[in-house]
Amino acid sequence: MSQQNEVLVTMTGIQKYFPGVHALNNVRFDLHAGEVHALVGENGAGKSTLMKVLTGIYQMDGGSIEIMGKPVEIRSAKDAQDLGISIVHQELNLLKDLTVAENIYIGRENMNGILLDKKAQNKRAQDFLDQLNLNIKATQNVGKLTVAKQQMVEIAKALSHENTRILILDEPTAPLSDVEIEELFRFIRDMRSRGVGIIYISHRMGELKQISDRITVMRDGQYVDTVDTAATPIGEIIRMMVGRVIYEDPKTESQVAPEAPVVLEGKNLRSRDVKDVSFQLRKGEILGLAGLVGAGRTELSRLVSGADKREGGEIYINGQLADIQTPYDAVELGIGYLSEDRRRYGLCLGLSVANNIALTKLDSFIQGMAVNDRKIKSTAREYKEKVDIRTPSVDTLVRSLSGGNQQKVVISKWLVRNCDVLIFDEPTRGIDVGAKNEIYKLMHALVDEGKSIIMISSEMPELLRMADRILVMCEGEKTGELGIEEATQEKIMALAAPQV
Amino acid sequence: MSVQGVAPAQGTKKLDLQKLLAPAVLVGLYAFFAIFGNNFFSSYTLKTILESAYYTGLMSFGITFVIITGGIDLSIGTNMMCSAIIGGVAFSMWGWPLWLALCLVPLVGLAFGFINGVLVAKAKLPPFIATLGMMLVTQGFGSIVSRVQTQRYPTIGTAKEWFKTVFYRTGNFPTGALYLLAAFIIAAFVLNKTRFGRYVYAIGSNEEATRLSGVRVDKYKTLAYMVCGLFAGIGGILYAATYTTAIPGTGNGLETYAIAAVIIGGTSMAGGSGTMVGTLIGIFIMAVLKSGLASLGLQAHWQTFFTGVVVIGAVLMDNVRVRAAQKVKVES
Repeated sequence: MSQQNEVLVTMTGIQKYFPGVHALNNVRFDLHAGEVHALVGENGAGKSTLMKVLTGIYQMDGGSIEIMGKPVEIRSAKDAQDLGISIVHQELNLLKDLTVAENIYIGRENMNGILLDKKAQNKRAQDFLDQLNLNIKATQNVGKLTVAKQQMVEIAKALSHENTRILILDEPTAPLSDVEIEELFRFIRDMRSRGVGIIYISHRMGELKQISDRITVMRDGQYVDTVDTAATPIGEIIRMMVGRVIYEDPKTESQVAPEAPVVLEGKNLRSRDVKDVSFQLRKGEILGLAGLVGAGRTELSRLVSGADKREGGEIYINGQLADIQTPYDAVELGIGYLSEDRRRYGLCLGLSVANNIALTKLDSFIQGMAVNDRKIKSTAREYKEKVDIRTPSVDTLVRSLSGGNQQKVVISKWLVRNCDVLIFDEPTRGIDVGAKNEIYKLMHALVDEGKSIIMISSEMPELLRMADRILVMCEGEKTGELGIEEATQEKIMALAAPQV
Repeated sequence: MSVQGVAPAQGTKKLDLQKLLAPAVLVGLYAFFAIFGNNFFSSYTLKTILESAYYTGLMSFGITFVIITGGIDLSIGTNMMCSAIIGGVAFSMWGWPLWLALCLVPLVGLAFGFINGVLVAKAKLPPFIATLGMMLVTQGFGSIVSRVQTQRYPTIGTAKEWFKTVFYRTGNFPTGALYLLAAFIIAAFVLNKTRFGRYVYAIGSNEEATRLSGVRVDKYKTLAYMVCGLFAGIGGILYAATYTTAIPGTGNGLETYAIAAVIIGGTSMAGGSGTMVGTLIGIFIMAVLKSGLASLGLQAHWQTFFTGVVVIGAVLMDNVRVRAAQKVKVES
């Protein structure tokens, strides 16, 4: 094993221009062997661009890169791979119908003459997984694994390239629950002790304290500072990122009037992944749904919003039995669902901001036979201001916006619909601190108007800050309900963890 | 901060240049054949080009809707022929008045379109499979109903020659072009300006997100196939007016030219994007190619060959276009 202080990467004076945007302005970054170096900044700060320069996806317009002391030019993803640089993206690139072994060695299969040697490959993969202390079977289909395990397979795949010394993890914990994050962190620490240098991109401040050794902050395409994690308070880092202070105090008491009527009630709801769950949501309330990934929270929301088939139970809206079979029924009855996966389930990426915003309520933009585009655009502009969507125009395709701004488009399209009940599924996933705060504010404004919200979040501090009441699920069942006055992270975890 | 994470202006300009590509190809092709073709540069040829575009054009307008939803309809060629055959049967075998028989033709197309729509939207069959099946069904159905008899429509010099003059040509005037133009205006209006049209784009861009937004995706997808079938049916009238005969067992393969025109016009097979103007230009590129190659003395099989080349070229361009659009994205 190499010495721990060896410098793996030195990037200096990096410049990158896109038409009209100076995306990277004199940025520097370095990485040592055996460290976790976090890279933080708001969306648009230039983190991903910098990593794309390092992995050969973008060519820099100025500056220099040294890998293990040698100046290099990285012109393609293959160059980066040859230099020992691997990246694990936020969106996983695994083939779900293939086994773990097949995924790890794709393109480098064990051959026996012209035939695949599956046996040898499975053994090789299993040995490798065992060596990494991963409790994963090489012959398992990747699609059957949890997201956390898939993530680890992806990392194992990156490390299986023999020369990999530099590993970039882009928001690895975004889809994971707390228990799974612990599992991932153990793995990352193990990699670190083996001399791998890890660049860690995350929006979650709490995690950085746990996992990183140093933190580099970027803002608006510029390098701000590199600090020792242990010596720097979180508040300081956030200040460097946004240039303003953000307070995150937990809510201490419910903001819902005791006599507030029940607007939505589920009785003994059942579907493939939901087992007999009942709940009530009151007017002006934020009901938090806590649980581990796979606890059935998203499935419960999809059931209530008509996206998935309901196999049993009843839904009442304002006390009236509601027959919700499709999303159309739910939306007509005033229930909107904002998916955790906005690119897949929330947006038409190839359509303009205006057309996305109008989609939930196109009927109101029709005059005679024709769609009134002027009205759609003026409404969209209104929301662009109100929700602060940063886009050059409402005609811009949603595809070209950043994650936080895409989420604001999703929220806008549901604000236009003016639903009484909105279900926010992980509304702040993959969103920078500043935009997160704006989304919290919007949610507060909604309940102040008398709307009701169901909020799913895997970040407990976020739930404790936002919710009036927290319903905890585990393995498809409701395991408990906590008023905000009594809720603590420990109590939630106790209810969320499967009883073995 | 405000300018970051957005599409750079220059990228947009590039895309606009690509939009001009199809019209440029059309003009270029025409100029090429005008210079090198035999007797190509004449008003007579222009009229031939126009007239050869009638029924293919109608099919292309209709299938543009389906392709933008991300689907495909392989049955339009045989659907069109079957509609024309059944109209002919109603006229000659069942003794219907011609005008009534002609009213039946689009309805047959519409009915088959409806079946396609139900198979795709409700029964969730892959469009390729469902419409491949319907291609054989429509072809067979036309033969069954007509008892494999070629159907003849009135031609010039016969009692009901008004059929030819109303739907094809009056003296020197190409009356069929009026229907092509009207169909284009209606199709463009429906696609750009109606709720249905807007949902067609949304479904093609992201069907599940559209469904979750409370749109009855099944209904609008079915409608897209119905519109497609209806246009193919109307195409059946123009086909009958062009050739005056509708032969059972044929029609197969005509869809490829209609689909090719749509793709050449810049509509993406992936769904979510495309325009009716593009389709119109695509139709004329195909028509110019057909007349142009003939003016170079190349036979029909050469036209087939070059049509294939042009389609592949157009899809390659589409890929380049999609990639360019995605590259525009700038993230943190």
